[in-house]
Amino acid sequence: MAVLVVADNDNAHLRDTTNKTVTAALALSGDVDVLVMGSGAKAVADAAARIAGVRKVLLAESADLGHGVAEVQAATVEGLMGGYDAVLIPATSGGKNFAPRIAAHLDVAPISEIVEVVDANTFVRPIYAGNALETIQSSDAKKVITVRPTAFKAAADGGSASVETATAGGNDGGARFVSEEMVKSDRPELTAAKIIVSGGRAMGSAEEFHNVIEPLADKLGAAVGASRAAVDAGYAPNDYQVGQTGKVVAPALYIAIGISGAIQHLAGMKDSKVIVAINKDADAPIFQVADYGIVGDYKTVVPELMAALG
Amino acid sequence: MKVLVPVKRVIDYNVKARVKADQSGVDLANVKMSMNPFCEIAVEEAVRLKEKGVATEVVIVSIGPVQAQETIRTALAMGGDRGILIQSDTDLEPLAVAKLLKAVAEEEKADLVLMGKQAIDGDNNAVGQMLSALLGWPQATFAAKLEVAGAKATVTREVDGGVQTVEVSIPAVITADLRLNEPRYASLPNIMKAKKKEIATKTTGDYAVDVAPRLKVLKVTEPAKRSAGIKVENAAELVNKLKTEAGVL
Repeated sequence: MAVLVVADNDNAHLRDTTNKTVTAALALSGDVDVLVMGSGAKAVADAAARIAGVRKVLLAESADLGHGVAEVQAATVEGLMGGYDAVLIPATSGGKNFAPRIAAHLDVAPISEIVEVVDANTFVRPIYAGNALETIQSSDAKKVITVRPTAFKAAADGGSASVETATAGGNDGGARFVSEEMVKSDRPELTAAKIIVSGGRAMGSAEEFHNVIEPLADKLGAAVGASRAAVDAGYAPNDYQVGQTGKVVAPALYIAIGISGAIQHLAGMKDSKVIVAINKDADAPIFQVADYGIVGDYKTVVPELMAALG
Repeated sequence: MKVLVPVKRVIDYNVKARVKADQSGVDLANVKMSMNPFCEIAVEEAVRLKEKGVATEVVIVSIGPVQAQETIRTALAMGGDRGILIQSDTDLEPLAVAKLLKAVAEEEKADLVLMGKQAIDGDNNAVGQMLSALLGWPQATFAAKLEVAGAKATVTREVDGGVQTVEVSIPAVITADLRLNEPRYASLPNIMKAKKKEIATKTTGDYAVDVAPRLKVLKVTEPAKRSAGIKVENAAELVNKLKTEAGVL
């Protein structure tokens, strides 16, 4: 069987969510191609061609693809599906935006956010915010699958696949990109970071969040996260949110500060390798998943931590 | 402008789902059920469109067991005008749901479908996009802000790393993200009024749609439990453990 992986990229860089999706694809088949959709994205295609195990890279470019217009992304993939038995797409907000459209047009059941490939037809995916895992078997001839990147190891570089041009799908004009406002930051991206420092409602204000969480994150070269409670209270921007309704992360080290550990937050970070919790409430549920806990006020613990880190 | 709002009855947001011992699914017996939170946000936005004079009618549709009527009543108490219940005793897959909703949107001649971005039971995040594809209407998912002017909707969407603004022509399918609005609580007079609002009852068989499942659930299991670790006394001890024991610093 032949499998197509859709690359996650920002027109300039290939994100490692793509490498992780390639790993999932290689569990299905040895014939894995990568489709890069973007605008001026040749460097992304070249990076994808270096992933070990990739047979060839297809590059489709248009202004709409550069802006991630779902209708056009889906049409581009659909144009290629004659040659593939499955398409695997990283389950990012961009991937989730267009993947189900392909399934609808192919008249197949989408298989969302898999965390394990059991065999070519059988997959494991979290449901109920990760409180249950369902093992499902698909009877569709072609499969449209989104992959939770944190559940798979990134495929390493070492390949030298060829890059070919593919045709970009058309736009019927119903949807038009207007503008984009990306948060500019020198910190690593949440979903790619090795270390994440997250703050919760205990911060009490946006200023406190900024003064406590961010310096610690910068000291560790970490990304900044937040609980939904902190985001809803306006202490941190929306895209910091870790949890069922935000981002699902699995860094090597997750430091939760002033976060109680609501089910919805745990769903987004419980697969982290090492979890540290700092909370003054010894009964906070976060301690039930933390490898190391400090019961104490973050106002004294965080400065001590900064000092201990040197 | 007629707005169609699909809503789903799901396990309450605050209840922890428990897996059945025989691994056949999640135990929903005697569990509090509520309207899916993202659906609630979609209802609120539709009602606000009506209050602004943009929408003329807000039609609530739910596909589910007979108890889904209560979910529709909740939406009617928030300000929906009438409801449609498509009764189904099995939990349908997103593809089947999208096909049924397509039939309803066409039958109702809806101008806008406003719905939640995902249901918190199946966590598929798929029906809105699939409905848009099947109808051939543009989509704007994960909406954080919606403005409707004439035959166009301008939607600010939540994307990884920031926000994106798109413009879609109407008819369109828009899916709601968490921060689109804060849903209202229905007032007692409105709850009473909602009891008199019409709910048409249909079955999946009333629509010429194939709702057969494509996926077979082999088992539903509990994820591996993370065990609690240790408490450390202070920051210095923590840093030491992270360096030597955990090896992550």
